[in-house]
Amino acid sequence: MHRRVFVKSGALSLVTMGLSPSFLRRASFAMSLPRAAKGKVLVCLFQRGAADALNMVVPHGDPHYGRLRPSIAIARPARSAGTSGALDLDGFFGLHPALAPLKPLWDRDLLAPIHAVGSPSSTRSHFDAQDYMESGTPDVKGTRDGWLNRYLATCDTCEAGRAASGSGSSSSGAGTADRGGARAEPFRAVAMTQQTPRILMGPAPAVAMTSIDAFTVRSAGGVAERLEALYRTGSADLVHATGAETFDAVKRLREADPARYAPANGADYPRSEFGQRLRQLAQLIKADVGLEVGFADIGGWDTHVNQGGATGQLANRLTDFGTSIAAFVQDLGDRMEDVLILTMSEFGRMARQNGNGGTDHGHAGAMFAIGGAVRGGRVHGRWPGLAPEQLYEGRDLALTTDFRSVFSEVAAGHLGATHLEALFPGFDGQRSLGLLV
Amino acid sequence: MPSQRLVIALTLTAAACAPTAPRSATTVAPLGGVATSSIGTSAREQTADEQVQHVLSRLTFGARPGDVARVRQMGVDAFIAQQLRPERLPDQRLEAWLRQFETLDLSYRELQEAYPRPNEALQALGAANRNSLSPADSAEFRRTVQGLRRVSTEVQSARIGRALLTERQLEEVMTDFWLNHFSVFGGKNALMRYAIPEYERAIRARALGRFRDLLGTVAKSPAMLYYLDNWQSAADSGRPRLESPRFAQARNRGLNENFGRELLELHTLGVDGGYTQQDVIQVARALTGWTFLPQRPNAQQLQRMATEGAPGGRPGARPGIRPGAAGRGRAAQDPRIARAIAQRLPAPGVFYFNPQVHDAGEKVVLGQRLRGGRGIEDGEEVLDLVARHPATARHLATKLVRRFVSDDPPEALVARAAEVFTRTDGDLREVVRTIVTSPEFFSRDAFRAKVKTPFEVVVSALRALDAAPDATPRTAQVVNQLGQPIYGRQTPDGWPDVAAEWMGTGAILNRINFGQAIGARRLPGANPEGWPGVDSLRSASKEMQVDAVIAHFLGGRVSPETREILLTGTNPLQRSGAVDDEMRPLPPIRGLAQLVGLAIGSPEFQRR
Repeated sequence: MHRRVFVKSGALSLVTMGLSPSFLRRASFAMSLPRAAKGKVLVCLFQRGAADALNMVVPHGDPHYGRLRPSIAIARPARSAGTSGALDLDGFFGLHPALAPLKPLWDRDLLAPIHAVGSPSSTRSHFDAQDYMESGTPDVKGTRDGWLNRYLATCDTCEAGRAASGSGSSSSGAGTADRGGARAEPFRAVAMTQQTPRILMGPAPAVAMTSIDAFTVRSAGGVAERLEALYRTGSADLVHATGAETFDAVKRLREADPARYAPANGADYPRSEFGQRLRQLAQLIKADVGLEVGFADIGGWDTHVNQGGATGQLANRLTDFGTSIAAFVQDLGDRMEDVLILTMSEFGRMARQNGNGGTDHGHAGAMFAIGGAVRGGRVHGRWPGLAPEQLYEGRDLALTTDFRSVFSEVAAGHLGATHLEALFPGFDGQRSLGLLV
Repeated sequence: MPSQRLVIALTLTAAACAPTAPRSATTVAPLGGVATSSIGTSAREQTADEQVQHVLSRLTFGARPGDVARVRQMGVDAFIAQQLRPERLPDQRLEAWLRQFETLDLSYRELQEAYPRPNEALQALGAANRNSLSPADSAEFRRTVQGLRRVSTEVQSARIGRALLTERQLEEVMTDFWLNHFSVFGGKNALMRYAIPEYERAIRARALGRFRDLLGTVAKSPAMLYYLDNWQSAADSGRPRLESPRFAQARNRGLNENFGRELLELHTLGVDGGYTQQDVIQVARALTGWTFLPQRPNAQQLQRMATEGAPGGRPGARPGIRPGAAGRGRAAQDPRIARAIAQRLPAPGVFYFNPQVHDAGEKVVLGQRLRGGRGIEDGEEVLDLVARHPATARHLATKLVRRFVSDDPPEALVARAAEVFTRTDGDLREVVRTIVTSPEFFSRDAFRAKVKTPFEVVVSALRALDAAPDATPRTAQVVNQLGQPIYGRQTPDGWPDVAAEWMGTGAILNRINFGQAIGARRLPGANPEGWPGVDSLRSASKEMQVDAVIAHFLGGRVSPETREILLTGTNPLQRSGAVDDEMRPLPPIRGLAQLVGLAIGSPEFQRR
């Protein structure tokens, strides 16, 4: 079933999704409960390619760490300044030295690493593992939508609250009226990507763009209006429906004019694609276009060969990653009270380095939660150890926290999601990490 | 008043019925070419006219002016048969155009020698960095860097130009399919660009050949060996090797599973094909030693290789390693030894089997035992096994039916195509023939069911405009901006082939803006008013212009609303008055270009 058809057929589709009538009753009950306060934002950042968690959040206190990685291990935290060791966090874990820009966030209790976290699936395929992390259903391939989209689709409370308080969205034209429950909040979910990412695919509208400037029809003299009409009439198929969403969004963005927000508080974003995309996500947040869920991704983590140690390939990726995030936090300033950044990667990498100075596909990984709502200054999750018998299948960091526990906690505690069973069907292992304040 | 020329032009270009006419048999080909030959045509749900549109939209990158009339005349089945035999189709226009490119026909080694990477070019000029170059050398260096860029841009421009010009459209569609199935990422490293031209040539030559042959070619290609790291995969420590490694580089390497995994998951069995993590490791072990030399070692590396055979010379040396032929001790400093090593190294950019890194132990792959002590036969046997595996037949049949028929492949057709794959030992021509002559292919559901990829959007627009091919990188950049950079897919799964993956709000805007760029003449070679028949249209009524544009770009059939919007320039959602149907005064030329831009940006143009 196409997702746009889903939008049009409304509640009936909930039944066809396999949700029981009792779920519908609970859903309607939940709708009357005021949950998330207005203005909460979740920004998900995906490190595509399987980031090497053991060199990102370094378990320097584990006696086996250095032995497993003779030429790529990050040195223990330096006693003297100016060397290339890990940046100590708690005497056991340390940040990769290239993540130095994030260290002040740890010191201010805004940064919470989560270690040995990931998918319970044993897959070591990038594609499957990314798919599972984004669909939120490990080892279930039939899931068409992403879990963030299911959040958007089921969290009616938030949407109702937002639509009531939204501004400038009443003039969106007749085309939006027939689009079922989807209200004119086109930028409620924005991915700074070329295509809508898997995590945001599904019935609820989501916008994908590579830059704010590019998000317009480049024409004059009434052509844009005619193009809009072409997409708003004639058919109810996927192409037309996507086009109608597009024109709603263009209008809304023009009104909000996010470009007028320059980076604040001395924030200095890298010129990298990732840095510039975070800068624009910050602009959208500051412009109050109704952004609730933001997404960006950053590639280059599939370090099979010569990944380097304190410097080199992985360090370069982490520099871009850390500097961009630090600038984003700086830029948003007090707004970080309501904004939560959650980073993720499809799996970790082998505990032992391979024959090419790199690391092959592994199992559990690490995430970062950042923001005022986060119980920062501590590393969350239980450490499984790196001794041979502690490794998963004798080779990888074992998993002690299911990523769905983290996602559930953030969705419920930060965004106010009420139907976690719809977000993560079949998941009953929810266990609070105490991630949020 | 409409001239006779106009009437002729419209007859030639307006292939299908008037846009507002009901879908019916009233437009059956007057020449009776359709539905005379092949069996099963009676089971086709599509009208004769629709079949013509359909084969052109699926077996080609879009109809050029005159194609519809041509296919109607020769018959749909004759057209399919002709396209299935590309080697019999002359292709001079394309060949003449391709002659201007320097890099397309060169081998990896020739490219590497002619277009060195910046660091190698600096070394050749005897400079440490580009700031220390003399003005003359600096110019030379700039030429080198530009030359290297040409290696990657020419192959991209040629992909677009081929799809635009070739008479062998189905072969090019299949080439596109296999290059995506065996996707490689050109940006992985500068070396990839030396490997890609011959990779593309090898795949095109086998696009309708036998799958085992295609798979073997890919598995031995520098492009795939480099992209998925197999070139440096070696037996893990503790495993027996077919020959003792002479050099530390080979000794210290270990197993790399990357290619073994994707071979099973993506290239053959498919992710649900019933293999295990153990199978991945076993396949990777069987393929150790399948490698190539990406580049000649430099003098320092050769010297190191010459010295490291000495016993106890390096901490990495292990017991049981035969001393290198390079000699030992002070003798290793002899430059003649380094030269001797260099002479014995394989040629760069050519596949070879290296017994010194091959895991010689026994393996069990998918339940089949491969006895120990063998060499390249291990990998060949694995390829035999996976190429003929029933899961591979199904996986490939599913992908091909998705490409040619619809996003949700009809199960019965997948089963038949898989059966043909198995029965013919992977004869791709017969598998494709089965699919494109099937009732499912000619079903009502399949008609215009596919959403074009960005590459298809661009090429189909260029073909409809009869555009001149662009030898500059500009058009390839446009394909990139639309979200499908050529040789730019990072992950080895290739670009998606379902509509939902290509339809996002950003994607629609890009496609709309692509139409606007064409209307504004921003795309080299693409004149929005350069297609046949357009001259006479300039003096025609707006209505005739609109109908000609609809016939030409949108296959003749659009919704009444679309036609009305193109015709009146009004939005029916906002309109209150009646439509002005009168003949309008001659519009400015800009008006027709604008109309073409609208048509290319329209929802109908996004489908095939």
